[in-house]
Amino acid sequence: MILDLHGFGPALAAGTLVTIQLALFALAIGLVLGLLGALAKTSSHKPLQWLGGTYSTLVRGVPELLWVLLIYFGTVQGLAALGEFLGVGSLELTPFAAGSIALGLCFGAYATEVFRGAILAIPKGHREAGMALGMSKGRILWKLILPQMWRIALPGLGNLFMILMKDTALVSVIGLEEVMRRSQIAVTASKEPFTFYMVAAFIYLGLTVIAMIGMHFLEKRASRGFVRSV
Amino acid sequence: MNWEVIYKYLPKLLEGAQLTLELVAIAVVAGLILALPMGIARASKHWYVRALPYGYIFFFRGTPLLVQLFLVYYGLAQFDAVRQGPLWPYLRDPYWCAIITMTLHTAAYIAEILRGAIQAVPPGEIEAARALGMSRAQAMLYIILPRAARIGLPAYSNEVILMLKASALASTITLLELTGMSRTIIARTYLPVEIFFAAGVFYLVIAFVLVQAFKQLERWLRVDACQGR
Repeated sequence: MILDLHGFGPALAAGTLVTIQLALFALAIGLVLGLLGALAKTSSHKPLQWLGGTYSTLVRGVPELLWVLLIYFGTVQGLAALGEFLGVGSLELTPFAAGSIALGLCFGAYATEVFRGAILAIPKGHREAGMALGMSKGRILWKLILPQMWRIALPGLGNLFMILMKDTALVSVIGLEEVMRRSQIAVTASKEPFTFYMVAAFIYLGLTVIAMIGMHFLEKRASRGFVRSV
Repeated sequence: MNWEVIYKYLPKLLEGAQLTLELVAIAVVAGLILALPMGIARASKHWYVRALPYGYIFFFRGTPLLVQLFLVYYGLAQFDAVRQGPLWPYLRDPYWCAIITMTLHTAAYIAEILRGAIQAVPPGEIEAARALGMSRAQAMLYIILPRAARIGLPAYSNEVILMLKASALASTITLLELTGMSRTIIARTYLPVEIFFAAGVFYLVIAFVLVQAFKQLERWLRVDACQGR
């Protein structure tokens, strides 16, 4: 079979770039949310625990597609009103912004659990040692907990990132011109749906494989000096 | 928040929820049946037996469900052979396309769960079965699979919840399940926040009920008693 892309190759490549950008943006938002969620859930304050718990349960129980739609269409009125109020005209979220917020929100909810597990896996003695040395709470977190947490959380985060990468396809529903949307446009023009969706599938497969290889190296680097148990 | 609108469209949303449940139920049950031979093959000692299901699983886990749905629903129509084939009445129908795709998709994940579960069965128990004179097939049927079912059940319940959320994608191929129904209602009422909120609550309730049901099932099957910790 000779693959004829009808001149849509560059468009698909541009779409791939948008997909990667979207995944990385959502990852950044999700990591921050996940870390905050995990800190809230493991804190000693009841309201914070409740907040973290509600966030992760609520977001994980609702489909990602619904979050994408809700954040894109649900914020139109509110943002327009805010724009009026600030006197800068009508504000609205671009599909890219709405998509990265929605996917980041979902990633964060799952990452909350991964980070929480990692925080709990760090021996209590390390924290106590920090306190005995007179370190402040923030310093203990920054210098003791976080550096050790990464190693434990990394495999879980890697799995979540693969899921996130595939979920970026959902943002095509609100019109962001990533791989999936570009393929749809190509299909409309060429009337060859199977060819173009198969190309899209292989682009996603390629991205997944690259992410897998990247994770392998990150995990190798993170586990320097540790003997692998089992 | 306009509660009256939610109340007014509640019957429609319930209708959507019913279709969602139907899609998920068929997909996870059919997926489990399809996954059984694949999971067993994946746990095989021979590489050539492992290779084929691995390729299948690699493809279905490595690509988004949305792409797979579009491949089946829009993609297959590209071939005249399919359009003139005996299966065309089914492959033209979004309902069957959604069921076929979701089943194939979830089967890949369930097969991996099964492989993990089969490999987690303590080797001593398999050896004991063989020492009692059971054939390989008997050991598989009476010892390994019942044991693997209990080991894999928690992961399977996770997969069911994931499929519940993935079923929202069926709305992109024009099916009026919970998300599709919400979008139709919103097109009529222009109230996205209220309707999506209501749909979200529906999903949360369904997920909650499913989690509780699986907890009960784990109790019946005495999953914790089999962990041997």
